[in-house]
Amino acid sequence: MECQECKKRPATVHFTQVVNGDKKEMHLCEYCAQEMGYMDYHDHNFSFHHLLSGLFNFDSGASLSGNQKEAFHNASVTKCEKCGMTYQEFTRVGKFGCENCYKTFDQHLNPIFRRVHSGNTKHDGKIPKRVGGNLHLKRNLQQYRLQLQNLIEKEEFEEAAKMRDQIRELEKKLSNAEDGES
Amino acid sequence: MSLQQFINEAISPWLKEEAEDNDIVLSSRIRLARNFKEYPFPIVADEKTLEKVLDVFADHFAEHSLGKNANLELVRMSQLEPIEKRVLVEKHLISPSLAENQKTGAALISEDEQVSVMINEEDHIRIQLYQPGFQLEGALDYASKLDDWLEEKISYAFDENRGYLTSCPTNVGTGMRASVMMHLPALVITQQMNQIIPAINQLGLVVRGIYGEGSEALGNLFQISNQITLGKSEEDIVEDLKSVVKQLIEQERNARQRLMKNSAIQLEDKIFRSYGILANSRIIQSKEASKCLSDVRLGIDLGLIQNVSKTILNELMILTQPGFLQQYAKKGLTPEERDVKRATLIRERLNLEQE
Repeated sequence: MECQECKKRPATVHFTQVVNGDKKEMHLCEYCAQEMGYMDYHDHNFSFHHLLSGLFNFDSGASLSGNQKEAFHNASVTKCEKCGMTYQEFTRVGKFGCENCYKTFDQHLNPIFRRVHSGNTKHDGKIPKRVGGNLHLKRNLQQYRLQLQNLIEKEEFEEAAKMRDQIRELEKKLSNAEDGES
Repeated sequence: MSLQQFINEAISPWLKEEAEDNDIVLSSRIRLARNFKEYPFPIVADEKTLEKVLDVFADHFAEHSLGKNANLELVRMSQLEPIEKRVLVEKHLISPSLAENQKTGAALISEDEQVSVMINEEDHIRIQLYQPGFQLEGALDYASKLDDWLEEKISYAFDENRGYLTSCPTNVGTGMRASVMMHLPALVITQQMNQIIPAINQLGLVVRGIYGEGSEALGNLFQISNQITLGKSEEDIVEDLKSVVKQLIEQERNARQRLMKNSAIQLEDKIFRSYGILANSRIIQSKEASKCLSDVRLGIDLGLIQNVSKTILNELMILTQPGFLQQYAKKGLTPEERDVKRATLIRERLNLEQE
C-alpha cells in the first residue's frame, strides 16, 4: 500500500481518525505522518518519571475540595528560593531541584510519598554522623521511653528505675548539646 | 592480546569468587543515593557547581583507599572514549545516564571493581557496592562504611523527617536500592515466572532484566530490588528482600529437581543442543547467545555438562555485549560483524575449556 499523501513511499503508519463522528482511515508513510503532525519523535521515551509526574498532576483533579483547590492554585506559583524550581515544574519533571525544594513544597509532599512508598512519609533509617547532629540521641531517647513503658507494664520496677536514670542522663546530654548549638 | 588475558581484564575480580548460593544468585548490590547540602542537584545545577562537586572527590578521595579496596581511581567521563564508556556500562560500573554526562560525570572505582561511586549522575553521589553470590548484608555493611567515610568530608542533604534527600522522590529516605541478580531458568521453563513476578511486585519489590529498568530478561537473568525507600530502615529493607530471594532460590531448586525427575531426557536434549549451537555456530545474535548460555549454565549446575567452568554464563553474558566485542576486535563493528565476532569469541572460549 502506498502513502495517501505523497503516493510514493510505502504506507507504514495506519490509523483511524474520528472527527465529530466522521470516521476516516489514514495510511501514511512515516515521513508524511511526521510532517502532518501525527507522530512526535521527541516524546517517545515514556518513562517511569512521566508516570510519576502524571501521579502528581492527579492532585489537581476535579474531585478536590475548595481548600485543596486553593492550595493547588497557590502551589503553582510556589517557587524554591534556592534553585528556582517552581511546583509546576516539579510536577512536570518529577524531580526535586535541591534540598530546599523539600521544604518549599512540603505541604504537597505527603500524598506523593504515600503513593510512591506504600503509605510511608517519615524516614526510619540511617542518620548521618555529622549532619544528623542530635538525632541519634533523640532517637535513642525515644527508644528508651518505649522500653520504660514496657517495663512498667510488666511491673519490672527495678529495671524501670535503671531505665529512668538512663533517660535522665540522655535528656541532660541532649539539652547540653542543644545549648551548645545556639 | 590473548583471549585469556582479555577475559581476565573484562571480568571484575570479585565475580570470579566462589560464594554462597551462587549457582542461583550471581551477585548482590547495594546502592546509596546522596547529595551535597550546599549545591543544587545535577538536573538544575550549572557546570561550575558540578565541577566543585568533582573537585571534592579529586581532592579528598581519589587515590585513597578504604579497608581492602586499595586505590580508588577517579575516572572522568570526559577522558574516556565512547567504547570505553560502553564497556564500563556493560560491567555495571556506571549507568548509561552517567556515561552521557560528558562534561562533569565521573566515577570513583576501586581496583577490585567492587566499589563504584558515581558522581553527578541523577544525584551528586551514588555509592554502589557489589558482592559475589547472595551477600546482601555484607554489601550493606561495606556500603555504609563507605558512606560514613565520604560524610567525613561532605555535608549531606538530610532531613530529620524525610531522611536523605534525593532528586527523585522514589529514592528519598534511605536512598538505598538493594538488589540481587538471579539465574532462574527452571522457573522460566516451567512457566512459573509469569505468576511469580506479579506476586513479588505486590510485596513492594521490583523484578527487572539484567540491564536495569525496562530491559528484557536476557539469559533468564532477573534483577530483584526494593521499590520502597522511605519509612523502613536499611536493615529491614534488606531483610524483606532476603526472605523473598530465599523463597525464590528454594522454588528454583524444586523446579530443577522436578524437571530432572519428569523430563530428564528433554532437558538434557535442550541443554546439549544449546551447547552445540555455542560450540559450532558462525553467526549468533545476542538474544540467542544468552538463551544458550543460560541452558549451558543450567547443564553445569545439574552436573550434565562437566569440564566447563561455572563462571561461563557471567563471563560470556558480559563479553558478548556490543561494547566488549568491539573492544576485543579493537575497532567499531556493524551489527552483522558483531554477530560473527560473538560466535567466534564463544567458540574460542569453549575451546579454552578443552585445553
